[in-house]
Amino acid sequence: MCAEMRSMMKKTIITVVGKDTVGIIARVCTYLADNQINILDISQTIVQGYFNMMMIVDTNGTKKDFGVIAKELEQLGESIGVIIKCQKEEIFSQMHRI
Amino acid sequence: MINIFEVAETNEMIEKENLDVRTITLGISLLDCIDADLKMVNEKIYQKIYEAAKDLVATGDYISDEYGIPIVNKRISVTPIALVGGAACKAPEDFVSIAQTLDKVAHEVGVNFIGGYSALVSKGMTKADEMLIRSIPKALAATERVCSSVNVGSTKTGINMDAVKLMGEVILQTAEATKTEDSLGCAKLVVFCNAPDDNPFMAGAFHGVTEADKVINVGVSGPGVVKTALEKVRGENFEVLCETIKKTAFKVTRVGQLVAKEASKCLNVPFGIVDLSLAPTPAIGDSVADILCEIGLEQVGAPGTTAALALLNDQVKKGGVMASSYVGGLSGAFIPVSEDQGMIDAVTAGALTLEKLEAMTCVCSVGLDMIAIPGDTKATTISGIIADEMAIGMINQKTTAVRLIPVIGKGIGETVEFGGLLGYAPIMPVNSYACDAFVNRGGRIPAPIHSFKN
Repeated sequence: MCAEMRSMMKKTIITVVGKDTVGIIARVCTYLADNQINILDISQTIVQGYFNMMMIVDTNGTKKDFGVIAKELEQLGESIGVIIKCQKEEIFSQMHRI
Repeated sequence: MINIFEVAETNEMIEKENLDVRTITLGISLLDCIDADLKMVNEKIYQKIYEAAKDLVATGDYISDEYGIPIVNKRISVTPIALVGGAACKAPEDFVSIAQTLDKVAHEVGVNFIGGYSALVSKGMTKADEMLIRSIPKALAATERVCSSVNVGSTKTGINMDAVKLMGEVILQTAEATKTEDSLGCAKLVVFCNAPDDNPFMAGAFHGVTEADKVINVGVSGPGVVKTALEKVRGENFEVLCETIKKTAFKVTRVGQLVAKEASKCLNVPFGIVDLSLAPTPAIGDSVADILCEIGLEQVGAPGTTAALALLNDQVKKGGVMASSYVGGLSGAFIPVSEDQGMIDAVTAGALTLEKLEAMTCVCSVGLDMIAIPGDTKATTISGIIADEMAIGMINQKTTAVRLIPVIGKGIGETVEFGGLLGYAPIMPVNSYACDAFVNRGGRIPAPIHSFKN
């Protein structure tokens, strides 16, 4: 379905929210590296003990479908005890940029 | 580049403030399905809709996953069936068979509503229009997902009072025909003045004859987002209040625009419009009434309600218009009673009456919506309420609508449960004085003059 969209994959935003613990970034980055997903930018804060991270990544190199990556990242999040979401960048750029 | 706070704000809106895309509605013209043979009409309708909409639900889900934004409903609107079935249908039952075809294909492609079981009779009724209108009670009782609407007036033509009278009767018959489900049929039946051709929202959606063969229209929603934004400016003056609503409406509408464009691309169907609406649901925190309270009312219905709603509606439009390349439909704040917990609370508390709701409809989208009234209300009284609401639309050059549910077997103070997005409603009292002699006159109310605006 919708081959056109798939062929022109753009930037993807990965957000990680949850209780801070050792190795969150490491495990997410390992997953991304294993799947040939290039990280363009990372920013991270701790708000009231909660870990908040955003990554901007390029998914053009991966062979997996967007839906599969999103699902696998969600499962990875569950195993770490954080919530990982994977969304196309446009929803943010459309909303916050004219 | 996008920063972490912007990302967090968007996701907060989605996760905690019920930001969603309320509907992707695929409009499909059925004009090329017209045939003199009823069986052929039904076959052609089924084929055309099935072919056009078979990927609609999957596409909606796909876009929803990609952007992490819920797309609550996927729906279809079709050409008013009175036009499509006119050549083939010789009796109201013939029209019912088309309703059943629509219902069947809606189930098949997985959409939750299909709108367009409609007639446009703002000046006069053809035989087919009248037959369709008379078939509505049976059609809505025999189907699950079909929505019906009748346009009985416009600023250009005046009000067709014969149709208004008939609709009073049809609404009661529909209530009777679906009384085992608390007269649910009436929740799928809207009477309009100045009905738009490109409305994506049910129950009033139909694909107007001015539209292309197929079109994607999207309805956005976000009362919770506006409410939360306003919590941060409590006590500030109207300038700050209005700016906050505009900015929020802009953001909400941008999501609708994005989804509409993507859906259009994926389905290879032209993008029509984004409907900039604040459409509430019965979910807590998804209420237009709560916004009005946040603006400063103790309860909706209190003095100041109409002014608060007027400014809300206007700022939503001002913010939303720039966010979308094409705006249309019903654009504005909806005030359905049963679908908005804050409205339900106001009615239960005795703060909000039918008369105040009528005043509110002068300044917002769309009309007397999802209001449960006693089942023993007379047909002429319902027609009188419709006439009042149509007059507001006609004179003020705006869309107005009536979706009343006379709940058979229930009276004032009792509650009716429709379930899901349709919510529940306390049954509201209706003015008991009669208007039979007015409604029974017959004929039309002439079109209004467009000058001397006093």
